[in-house]
Amino acid sequence: MKDFAYLRAGSVDEARRASTDPAVMLLAGGTTLLDLVKCGVAEPSAVVDISHLEGLDAVRVNDHEVSIGALAKMSQVADNEAIKASYPAVSEALWQAASAQLRNMATIGGNLMQRTRCVYFRDPATFPACNKRTPGSGCAAIGGVTRGHAILGASTACIAAYPGDLAIALLALDAVVCLGDRRVPIGEFFLLPGDTPDREHSLMPGEMITAVTIPASPAAKRSTYLKVRDRQSYEFAAASAAVGLEFEEDGRTIRDIRIALGGVAAKPWRAGNVEAALKGKALDAEMVRRASLLAVEGAIAHGDNRCKIDLVPRIVARAILTLGGQA
Amino acid sequence: MSDKNNIHLDINGRDHAVALEARVTLLDALRDHLGLTGTKKGCDQGQCGACTVHVDGQRVLACLTLAAQVEGRSITTIEGLAGADGDVHPVQSAFLEHDAFQCGYCTPGQIMSAVACIKEGHAGSDEEIREYMSGNLCRCGAYPHIVAAVREAAEVTA
Repeated sequence: MKDFAYLRAGSVDEARRASTDPAVMLLAGGTTLLDLVKCGVAEPSAVVDISHLEGLDAVRVNDHEVSIGALAKMSQVADNEAIKASYPAVSEALWQAASAQLRNMATIGGNLMQRTRCVYFRDPATFPACNKRTPGSGCAAIGGVTRGHAILGASTACIAAYPGDLAIALLALDAVVCLGDRRVPIGEFFLLPGDTPDREHSLMPGEMITAVTIPASPAAKRSTYLKVRDRQSYEFAAASAAVGLEFEEDGRTIRDIRIALGGVAAKPWRAGNVEAALKGKALDAEMVRRASLLAVEGAIAHGDNRCKIDLVPRIVARAILTLGGQA
Repeated sequence: MSDKNNIHLDINGRDHAVALEARVTLLDALRDHLGLTGTKKGCDQGQCGACTVHVDGQRVLACLTLAAQVEGRSITTIEGLAGADGDVHPVQSAFLEHDAFQCGYCTPGQIMSAVACIKEGHAGSDEEIREYMSGNLCRCGAYPHIVAAVREAAEVTA
C-alpha cells in the first residue's frame, strides 16, 4: 500500500475544500477505500478522515420521509425500528449485505460510493486494460470470465456490474441523495458507463454526500429485498430485486409498484417496463411471471452471465408474489 | 487539519504512544508495533474476519481500519477479553468446551465476533448465529462446533 497523508477533517466544509483535489479522497468507514488502495486501484495522495464529524450520523423520521445521515453505519440503519417498519426493503438490503463487522464500519454515504467487484478492475497488476481505471486502455472483462458482469446497461467500453444492495432498495423507493444543498434523485446519481465508465456518479469535485432521504409511501411500507447469491451469506448478489407494492382498496388491484434490480446491471436498475405492465392489474401469479420477463428486455449476455437472463425474471416475480401473499 | 504521525491508541484500557506512517492499519499497528499478535492477519482485505477487534464496543475489521482513524476510540483485542482476575471470558470457555477450532488461526477473530454477536442480540438461534457470524471464515470447517459454542455462551451470559 503506497503511503499517503492522513488528515482529520474538522468540518464538512473543510472536507469539501480538501476534496476538490482529485488525488485527495474522503475516508469514512474505509471498507472500500482502504481495500482499493491495497489492490493498487486507488492511489490517494491524502485521505481526509470524515468519520469523526459530528451530527452526520442521525436517522430522522417524520410522517413524510426519513433522512439518513451520510455517516450513519449500515448496521445502525438496518436495525432502526422506524426503517424496519416503514421502509423494510432498506433494512433487508442492508442486513443481507457484507458481514456484521463491515456493516459496523461502512457508512451510508460510503456505501453509495463503493466500486464494482469486477475482478479485472480490482487487479491492475495482472490486467492493465480497464477503461474504468484507465480510460482508453480497453476492457479485459470482455471475452474473460464474466459470471459476475452486467447484462443490462453495459457498453462496449465496460461490462462491470454495480455490486451494492442498498442503492437498489433506495432506487425502488425514489430516494434522494443530498450533497449539501444540492439534491439528486438516486436514479440520476449513478451514471451509465457509455464511453466514460470512469465516471460512475454525478458527484462533482468538492461535493460530499451529507444525507439520503426517502419519501414515505404505502409502497415503501410494503416493500422487500430479495437477494440471490452463490453462498447463503456474506456474498454479493448474483441477482437481486427490491420491490414495493400498493394495492387499491379491493386488496388485489395494483395501484403502485416499484421494481429495481441489483447485481445484473451497470448501475442500479429500475424495471419501469415491468411496473407499467402491472399497474392497474389484479395480482395474478401467471400474469406477474409473464410481466417479469420484461425485466430483461434488451439484456445482453457475455458468455458466463447468460444464466442471469433466466434468473432475473424469476426473482422479480417471486418478490412481487411474496409481497402480494401469493408466493 | 494536521498530519497524524505520533498517535495514542487506547487498547484494552491502556494508553499506547506510537509513531506510525499514515497508511499503517490498526492490524499492523497491533501486531508489528505493539506486539499484540493475538489479532490475526488472514486475507488483509476484509474478507475473512481473522482480524476482528472491538472499537467502542463494536466488532470491526482491523485490516481495513487505519490506526490513525481510531485515535481517541476505545479498542479491545483478544488479549483484553479475560477478566481482571485472569479468568477467561465465557465465550472463550465455550470455545474450549465445544472444541470450536482445529488449527486455531481464525479463533481470536471468531471469539471477538461471537462476543459482539451475543451482545447485539443476534445469537437467538443456530440459523441467526450462522448469519451473523458469516463474516468469520474457518478454513478447517469447525463451523458446527463454533455455532454450538456461541449458542451455549449466549445462554450462559443471558
